[in-house]
Amino acid sequence: MKLAIKLAFRNLIGAGLRTWLNVIVLSFSFVIIIWLKGVMSGWDQQAKTDMTNWEIGGGQYWHEAYDPYDPFTFSDSHSPIPGEFRSEIEKGDMEPYLISQGTIYPQGRIQSIMIKGINPKQSIFMLPAHKLDTVMTDAIPSIIGSLMARNLKAGIGDRVTIQWRDNQGTFDAAEILITEIFTVSVPAVDQGQVYIPLDRLQSMMGLEGEATILTYRNSETPVVDVPGWTHRPKEVLTAQVDEMIKMKTTGQSVLYAVLLLLAMLAIFDTQVLSIFRRQKEIGTYVALGYTRRQVVGLFTVEGAMYAVFAALLSAAYGLPFLAWQAKAGWTMPVDASDFGMAIAQTLYPVYSAGLVVSTVLLVLLVTTVVSYWPSRRIAKMNPTEALRGKIQ
Amino acid sequence: MENSQIIRIESLVKRFPMGKGEFTALNGIKLSLGQGEFAGLIGPSGSGKTTLLNIIGSLDVPTEGSVTVLGRSIGALSAGEAARLRKESLGFIFQSYNLFAVHTVYENVEFPLLLLKYSATERKKMVTDALDWVGLNDKIKSKPPQLSGGECQRVAIARAMVKKPSLVLADEPTANLDAANSHNILKTMVSLNRELKTSFLFATHDDKVISYLRRKIFLLDGRVDNDVIISN
Ligand SMILES: Nc1ncnc2c1ncn2[C@@H]1O[C@H](COP(=O)(O)OP(=O)(O)OP(=O)(O)O)[C@@H](O)[C@H]1O
Ligand SMILES: [Mg+2]
Repeated sequence: MKLAIKLAFRNLIGAGLRTWLNVIVLSFSFVIIIWLKGVMSGWDQQAKTDMTNWEIGGGQYWHEAYDPYDPFTFSDSHSPIPGEFRSEIEKGDMEPYLISQGTIYPQGRIQSIMIKGINPKQSIFMLPAHKLDTVMTDAIPSIIGSLMARNLKAGIGDRVTIQWRDNQGTFDAAEILITEIFTVSVPAVDQGQVYIPLDRLQSMMGLEGEATILTYRNSETPVVDVPGWTHRPKEVLTAQVDEMIKMKTTGQSVLYAVLLLLAMLAIFDTQVLSIFRRQKEIGTYVALGYTRRQVVGLFTVEGAMYAVFAALLSAAYGLPFLAWQAKAGWTMPVDASDFGMAIAQTLYPVYSAGLVVSTVLLVLLVTTVVSYWPSRRIAKMNPTEALRGKIQ
Repeated sequence: MENSQIIRIESLVKRFPMGKGEFTALNGIKLSLGQGEFAGLIGPSGSGKTTLLNIIGSLDVPTEGSVTVLGRSIGALSAGEAARLRKESLGFIFQSYNLFAVHTVYENVEFPLLLLKYSATERKKMVTDALDWVGLNDKIKSKPPQLSGGECQRVAIARAMVKKPSLVLADEPTANLDAANSHNILKTMVSLNRELKTSFLFATHDDKVISYLRRKIFLLDGRVDNDVIISN
């Protein structure tokens, strides 16, 4: 084995350009696979972090009638905030919000919306709720996301009419004044959502002191059993993101397989070619005292060594590149909000030691197999014919 | 005399499958070779010289008959045993040199010693000696493509001789060389044969080679036609 490594090294170094072409191709796949995986796991982490920061905090209590997929439940899904939570709400470690279905009339159009009443002093969500903290007599201060703003063709300072049904089922309308537009990668927080101060919504609806959802800050907060409310732990709320991540993982695997396949094609090609072109050399190894199986071993080690060289080369230029990417992030060349999914414009790749090690091992393993596969032919070669270079 | 025999061949037949039938390349060879001989298989093209040399070199096996080389029966060896015989006791010289093109002259000559697991210091000494025998110590860093045909064949001789094998098998070693280089190579081999007592067996139809041989084994249609020992 030691000898095979020594000889393989000599052969590869001696082969010069041909070796380096293979090594460069392989090293690209190393770096691209690690980078892509890093971007993807950065995305996954970001999706979860953003969801926590913008939407679900450490977990939630839902009014038992509330079903986010059925807007018709909204009119019934509210109750007075349970007394059990008073102290936490006062400390700011829990935030109630009230949800109502409504309609918005931007420039003569009509669009269905969700009106969310939130506490302007809240500090659980990254929503710029403090911008709601303006006293206004003739309009309701409101904040919306950038997707929604684009949809409405509205900017900061614009006024739009909204309509809602109160507690009694009576329609009522008012103007909102957009005081802030925020950018978020969680579509559920943005699309079709209009945020106004909680107490305004409560009085508009005639639901003083009531809420639809209670969000707490810390996921370790002990769970309290409150009648009429359903506890929704963070894991349950992120299940959808987890699902998306799983789906993405499948898609990614196909991508890696293709990348790996391309690199392996180069190695395979080299090996197949080698075995024909180097027949005389193979015969000479046998004449000098190698068994044919040892020659197979030598060729396999040669192939695997491409991966080792590629790993070293990748370390030389790939590590700085990957490190720089992790810091600077990768900004998508197209507008991320067009995707309609939870993705930020700039993704920060996250690499783990496991990712790097497993990629290197995987490529090494696959390269070895791909090198071994065509080399098996050598074991069946007739050495005298190999020496004459007669094998077709 | 019996004890110093290194090759003993009895009723050797070698057939190759050809089309539907078979082709008999060697047809009842009986031959023995003693330690230190400088002998050649001589015959026209297709007479079976290479085939016989390959079987003696354990690169091929007899179809019938027995071939014993250095006490080992060629047909009965496992792949590993045959490889060991070649590695430890046989040297090969080919018409087209068969040097490793990407290795240096030094590395080419060192190769058999690596297989035999000699230490680095031993290897250095032995490679230097072998390159001295063939007069190529000034080219150790060159690679075969940079050498002339004569130089290549001298490297090949050094590679075959470096481990001081009992028997060197040389198939048309001068076929690609001009007259001056051929004589040069042959003189080198003659002196190595004298100094190291290495046996040489050639396959050739080159008159220059034949003029150096001390025993001429004439092959014709896969049989030994004549066996002439030159006495001085
Ligand atoms: N692997 C093989 N399959 C079929 N026939 C073979 C094979 N090897 C050799 N032969 C045949 O056996 C005969 C002897 O071949 P061999 O190579 O031993 O001749 P040679 O005396 O070395 O000739 P040359 O001087 O041309 O090298 C030839 O007719 C050749 O075609
Ligand atoms: Mg021949």
